[in-house]
Amino acid sequence: MSTETLEAPVVETVKMNGLQAINAALMEAMEADPKVLVLGEDIADNEGGGVVGVTRGLSTRFGTMRVRSTPISEQAIMGAAIGAAMAGYKPVAEIMLMNFTTVAMDMIVNHAAKLRFMSGGQSQVPLVIRTLTGAGNQTAGQHADFYEAWFAHTAGIKVVIPWTPADMKGLYLSAIQDPDPVIIVESGKTLFVPMDVPVDQGAIPLGKANVVVPGTDLTIVSYGQMMFTVMQAVEELTAAGVSVEVVDLRTISPWDKQAVLASAEKTGRLLVVHEAGRNFGPGAEIAATVQEELFGKLKAPVGRLGAPYCAVPFAKKLEDAYLVQPPEIVAEVKRLLAIG
Amino acid sequence: MSQTLENRAKPDAATQLDIYRRMIRIERNDDFTRQQIRRGRITAPYYSARGQECIPSAISVLLNDDDKICTIYRGIHDMVAKDMPLRPLWAEICGRVDGTCKGKGGPMHLTHPETGVMVTTGIVGSSMPIANGFGWASLLDGTKQVTVAYFGDGASNIGAFHEALNLASVWKLPVIFVCQNNGFAEHTRYENGTAVDLISKRAIGYGMPGYTVDGNDPLDVYAHAHAAIERARAGEGPTLLECKTFRFMGHVFGDNDAYMSKEEKAAAMDADPLPRFRQKLIDDGIATAEQLDELTTRIEAEVTDAIEFAMACEYPSDDELRRDVFAEEIPA
Repeated sequence: MSTETLEAPVVETVKMNGLQAINAALMEAMEADPKVLVLGEDIADNEGGGVVGVTRGLSTRFGTMRVRSTPISEQAIMGAAIGAAMAGYKPVAEIMLMNFTTVAMDMIVNHAAKLRFMSGGQSQVPLVIRTLTGAGNQTAGQHADFYEAWFAHTAGIKVVIPWTPADMKGLYLSAIQDPDPVIIVESGKTLFVPMDVPVDQGAIPLGKANVVVPGTDLTIVSYGQMMFTVMQAVEELTAAGVSVEVVDLRTISPWDKQAVLASAEKTGRLLVVHEAGRNFGPGAEIAATVQEELFGKLKAPVGRLGAPYCAVPFAKKLEDAYLVQPPEIVAEVKRLLAIG
Repeated sequence: MSQTLENRAKPDAATQLDIYRRMIRIERNDDFTRQQIRRGRITAPYYSARGQECIPSAISVLLNDDDKICTIYRGIHDMVAKDMPLRPLWAEICGRVDGTCKGKGGPMHLTHPETGVMVTTGIVGSSMPIANGFGWASLLDGTKQVTVAYFGDGASNIGAFHEALNLASVWKLPVIFVCQNNGFAEHTRYENGTAVDLISKRAIGYGMPGYTVDGNDPLDVYAHAHAAIERARAGEGPTLLECKTFRFMGHVFGDNDAYMSKEEKAAAMDADPLPRFRQKLIDDGIATAEQLDELTTRIEAEVTDAIEFAMACEYPSDDELRRDVFAEEIPA
């Protein structure tokens, strides 16, 4: 009896990919709250339930007044979501791909993000933008960009990029009930790789990072599908006797400074890895903050890996070169470990 | 040719007087605003709507408090017509903490949900897509509320117009798209920037009724707005109203009007809708000159009171920079 009480509680899990996890979160949220709405191109079942099926089944269950397919009109989608949100609803608007947010930037940046502030708190815009992106499928320069830095730079909108299906579900449940606009970036592979998800996975708070692997020699901060690449590199580094701590940032804005600073202070070395461009990317903000806060406590300058300064290329060979690969991470970790 | 309205609703005497009350409230408020700017008592970009009073006044008598408007930076006349109280309006223009938006929006961005002023945007065209969202919410709520999206002739050339009108029509939203066509998009003449002679013709492309209205004639605006609002409340969908008018004070306060001819402006000002409607009310025996003068005096007192109230209000504290970014205050 006494030994049993010392064992970790058994969490019942189910294998699920990100797509299924988001679908489960939307189902749960719409069931629990009649104010939750879903809109976007092709999202109702009549149109196939979404370009990759994330919203499949929702319109059949909740009707096409709450789950509305729209014309290919991103400004109109965002405008309808903003107005409905201000009128008391909680719309989840799908902008099929992150590159398509560019044609709705006025609605997102000038309106969704700013109306609470500009109205002195009278307006609130509790909407969620779902958007898919990521290189690796040869879709080239207009279907695969990571623009999270743009939105993180805009005051008034939260930016979330989950990795695991469990986080997808938990972060979606939080975002839908958040009183402010949230953009959730679904990055390619994260939708399709099955992982364990607790059967009763509830909401996970926004703005909290997750220490995925504890370690002592160096901290890697990453998020989204780049986490798969990081984990491959970490496997190799662990085999080589390097103890890496891996922090999955999960929310890009507002980001969990406390968790990143604590980890960087502990290991003394930090490497930020993201798929977004390295120039002015989220890694720049993280590196600057860590160096301001931990100057003198770091054993090496903060390292940053990200995409080169060019559009996402088409040719597989170029696309592979464009994306950060495990050997680059391994090499960068070794370089940082050799300093100091 | 614009479409022709079959059954023209006519406002009764009390409603006509109410339209006039709103028009003179807009005109007096505008005049006092320009005075205060000239005297250096307020510093703010100001886009006068002098000359356009008739449009929102004849529409607003048909709206309830819970009917909504989404308007634009040249929109204070739309708010005054919707009976926004003048004290918080002036406090906002003056950048004071007692303003509708705590001094964080200013004259181009007033919001006042109590009177249905939901969004005032500084971006040309952006009132329309957002109005659709309020329309969708009305359908979901099962109410008869309508939303009016105000915009200018220049905004009919921006993509948001096309996307919003198309979606509103496909979804049969209770939205009335009101184009206040004052003949100029900033400094560009209508015909140099717009490919079609009447904006109302564009409604054909969206499968909704489109009317060109004399925006300086309260009875014409009223009749068409009545039809559009009835259609929206009946669940039949949106309407595009093009109300032709003229702006007397140019694009922005300080505008020298170099891009328009003196004769054109003089002719437009001769057709000022205010004195014309005042004379009509007197001629039709709806009000006497004394009654209308008394109304003006009362409104001037209201505006003066609002100005003095606003000037006595505090400026917002710097802590406001951390408030209303998100629901939760950002820590110092």
